[in-house]
Amino acid sequence: MAELDTSGGGKHKGGKVRSKKQSTRVDLTAMVDLAFLLITFFMLTTTLSKPQAMDLAMPDKNEDKPDTQLEVADNRSMTILLGSGNKVEWYMGSVDKPLTPPAVIGFGSKGIRKAIIENKKKVLAETGDPKKGLIVLIKPSEKSRYVNLVDILDEMKVSDVDRYAIVDITQPEIGLLKRENIF
Amino acid sequence: MPRIKVARKSTAIDMTAMCDVAFLLLTFFILTATARQPEALAVDTPASTTLIKLPETDIATLTIGQGKVFFGVKGQNVRALTLEKVGNAYGIKFTPEEIQRFSVMESFGVPIGNLKQIIKLSGPERNKEGLQTGIPADSVNNRASELNEWILQARYATKELNNKDMRLSIKGDAKEEYPTIKKVINILQVQNVNKFSLITSMRATEK
Repeated sequence: MAELDTSGGGKHKGGKVRSKKQSTRVDLTAMVDLAFLLITFFMLTTTLSKPQAMDLAMPDKNEDKPDTQLEVADNRSMTILLGSGNKVEWYMGSVDKPLTPPAVIGFGSKGIRKAIIENKKKVLAETGDPKKGLIVLIKPSEKSRYVNLVDILDEMKVSDVDRYAIVDITQPEIGLLKRENIF
Repeated sequence: MPRIKVARKSTAIDMTAMCDVAFLLLTFFILTATARQPEALAVDTPASTTLIKLPETDIATLTIGQGKVFFGVKGQNVRALTLEKVGNAYGIKFTPEEIQRFSVMESFGVPIGNLKQIIKLSGPERNKEGLQTGIPADSVNNRASELNEWILQARYATKELNNKDMRLSIKGDAKEEYPTIKKVINILQVQNVNKFSLITSMRATEK
């Protein structure tokens, strides 16, 4: 909004030539625009730049007392193998006798999240006890990337799986990944 | 009948007050904004939906990228004490001036033998690409790795100065391959640090 000239143009016909009275008001619109632009910039950068921390608890190694290892029921454990090229492979049960055939799938809501949520419901229906829910074993292979690990941990949070662990991958499982060409 | 004249008002609004407020806010935000420290190793963190913010004190950050590991701990006095302790462990003496210069370094990534050279350099020279090769994370001749020593001594130093347990966070590059990450996690687990944070950037809830 530009300031309108309201001083009223003069019709000076004859008479004395008066020096025109200049308005002392300055148009501040542009200045305010600029100020608000900068405010927006600083507001967004200060609050958004602080990094998020995803807490991760690893299982205790217990190398001196291996007998404290917990046996996990086959029908409750879902194993997710992280392969190369942002692909994962999952199966229920143990590697030599999987309850479901291993399936290769991608990340995201249409990929592994769907499988996790389905399995979660299935396990709950089988055991009928909310305390005996799904247990997810995450096994990153050597060809997987850090982003895959963070993504899958994020999936755990999103699909509300509270029992999960990062476990070392075994040789037969690497074989599975190799068969699917994602190792 | 005389016509009723509608008084013509000026369309100009007085902007002075608005301008004042705008600049007041601007000043506030500029002053509260913390300037970003230049990083020795630039990493692109993966995104997650976590909303927990990282604590500001008593935390060490392990930056992992391009197969290298960099180490940094918050707090100048903690850094100084850590350097002293690690120097003692490796039989290297650091002068007070070197300790002072080290205490303002946000993070570093060189073997302990090269640390003195890095301390001598100025800030921008230090952060030159490829100059810092990362802290050795492999154990040599039955001796625990240097990274292990740094983490351990930083934990001691934090406990001694602030009487708090130091938290550890891992800031990994999204494209980093898993074995490097695993190596670092293993070092932490050997020290019985089973709980740590992964630093991520923000993502909207739905992909």
